[in-house]
Amino acid sequence: MELVKGLFKIPSFLFGLGLFVATLALAFLGPVVLHIDVQNRVGDPYMAPSAAHWLGTDHLGIDMVSMLITGLRSSLYVGFLAGVVATLVGTLIGVYGGYKGGLLDDILTVATNLFLVIPTLIVLILLSSSMEKGRSLTLIALIIGCTTWTWSARAVRAQSASLRARDHVALARINGFSTFEIVIEQILPYLLSYVFMVFILQTATAILTEATISMLGLGPYDSISLGKILNDARTNEALIGGKWWAFMPAMVLVTVIAFSLYVINTAMEGVFNPRLRK
Amino acid sequence: MLRKNPTLRHILGRAGWYFVTFLVAVTVNFFLPRLGDANPIDAIMAKAGAMDSVSAREKEDAYLREFGLAETDANGKVIRTADGKPVKTSLASQFVNYVEMSLSGDLGTSILQYPKPVTDIILDAIPWTICLQLPTIILGWLFGNLLGALAAYKRGIFDRVLYPLALLSSAIPAFCVGILLVYVFGIRHAWFPAVGGYDPSTTPELSGAFLSSAAYHYVMPFLSIFLIVVGGQSIGMRSMVIYELGTDYVKYAKLLGIKESKILLYTFRNAMLPQLTGLALAIGAMVGGALITEIIFSYPGLGMAILTAIQGNDYPVITGCTLLLSITVLLANFSVDVLLGFLDPRIRAAQAAEAK
Repeated sequence: MELVKGLFKIPSFLFGLGLFVATLALAFLGPVVLHIDVQNRVGDPYMAPSAAHWLGTDHLGIDMVSMLITGLRSSLYVGFLAGVVATLVGTLIGVYGGYKGGLLDDILTVATNLFLVIPTLIVLILLSSSMEKGRSLTLIALIIGCTTWTWSARAVRAQSASLRARDHVALARINGFSTFEIVIEQILPYLLSYVFMVFILQTATAILTEATISMLGLGPYDSISLGKILNDARTNEALIGGKWWAFMPAMVLVTVIAFSLYVINTAMEGVFNPRLRK
Repeated sequence: MLRKNPTLRHILGRAGWYFVTFLVAVTVNFFLPRLGDANPIDAIMAKAGAMDSVSAREKEDAYLREFGLAETDANGKVIRTADGKPVKTSLASQFVNYVEMSLSGDLGTSILQYPKPVTDIILDAIPWTICLQLPTIILGWLFGNLLGALAAYKRGIFDRVLYPLALLSSAIPAFCVGILLVYVFGIRHAWFPAVGGYDPSTTPELSGAFLSSAAYHYVMPFLSIFLIVVGGQSIGMRSMVIYELGTDYVKYAKLLGIKESKILLYTFRNAMLPQLTGLALAIGAMVGGALITEIIFSYPGLGMAILTAIQGNDYPVITGCTLLLSITVLLANFSVDVLLGFLDPRIRAAQAAEAK
């Protein structure tokens, strides 16, 4: 608890948190305060920003602010879902493998090493290109989660293996607690802050990854996402035509979310890892 | 002989491991795109347009044979069921066929640019990608490490300005840096060409006009990848050096009164090794990011080839390009692995211990 209190005294943590809360507020309060309409055209294609439409219109004449808020919600959804999947699977397997060793640990090591050298983006391109019809936002989030969990498993495994030799773990073992109980009660609590940091990074990575594959034209068919807005702008010549409002705000949003999460993560690392403390 | 040479043993062990990874990569590469139900032949047939049913049937047969998608009888005729649908070859025998063809260097035929072989498309694209990515990633890695070490050592103002900037640059997705550069320096100010790898009025050859236009087009994609690599690498190096500066051997060396520059040399050496491992791990991600950059700049490399193929459901080209990329990333990782074995005394010691 002391550490958590200490966290709130660090300016960079507060800055990152503030930034992230601001994007959350935009995503969740935006639709309440503003009129969101992504179905109907409100004007000509690529209308410049005006008092009525703060960020102009896109290539179809749809209000850009509406598009951005809807896209932001999708990006946060993908980030959260993929982050939860990757962290959950990665942590469980990592903790168990690190503590138990043996066959599961070997399989885990082989799998993580495989995914570390085979570029995730390539797996995503191949998978997404074959699933054209059912490529929903949720499926994309799940694919991202399932291809990136190895990274958190590897990170958590190293931590868990170092806890194995601790006295309290040995004591629990002598007292006949099952492996599952030991993992949940004796090992996981020590890793919680670490797992949380892993979750933050996984979320940020997932948001960037979704934007990247949507940018390639492999985005969800059922929703608007920030990456899809960028893809639309690119394919409809907003860049060459100098229509900055069609791509700049979406880029800023993606960057701000990822940046705020990175800042939060670095600040937490500074608090929880005493080596980095000044 | 292996017993006496732990380094060779290490290299062979790693080579074996990478070979297994390579087999998995080939398998993944074949099966993932075939998970869906998209049918590339339908795409070509649709492109070929309306035809009378007999010649359409003949054409479809030719394609089915060429891509090895349907069972044929002894005369090489496509076997069809009663309702006229071709009998599909099983995935297993398609896979065997694919492996055989790939081993002989034949990656199939492009659907979109039929009848251009996939290898030709890749050979056209690959020099651009190599020239753009290899120097950029290596330079960015070196420069990023230098900057990170400096930030860790100097701290103060230097660190306070540089570090958030580096953090920001690593949070900006690769394509955003590209788009920003294209928009500001390519469109608004037109200092540099916004798209392409060379002036379209020249042709790719060894002439002064072509080379100078290629160099001129090189600046912005280079900067875009360079900035991102520098950002990511300097962050890693910074925390490594901070960590090393706090270790006992540095304190001890300071007590002994060893010169500051000498101590720095020791810490850098120790901090570099994890960074080299980091380079191996990051190569895959970097190549991915750099592909996106190519797309933003319409640079005529592999990234563009993949994008065009994705848009046209050109499966042979997609799998050909991704296979090549996987192999490249594997080779790069392997080289770094071998290099680490020579450079890191800890790995050398472990090898020697294993050999005993």
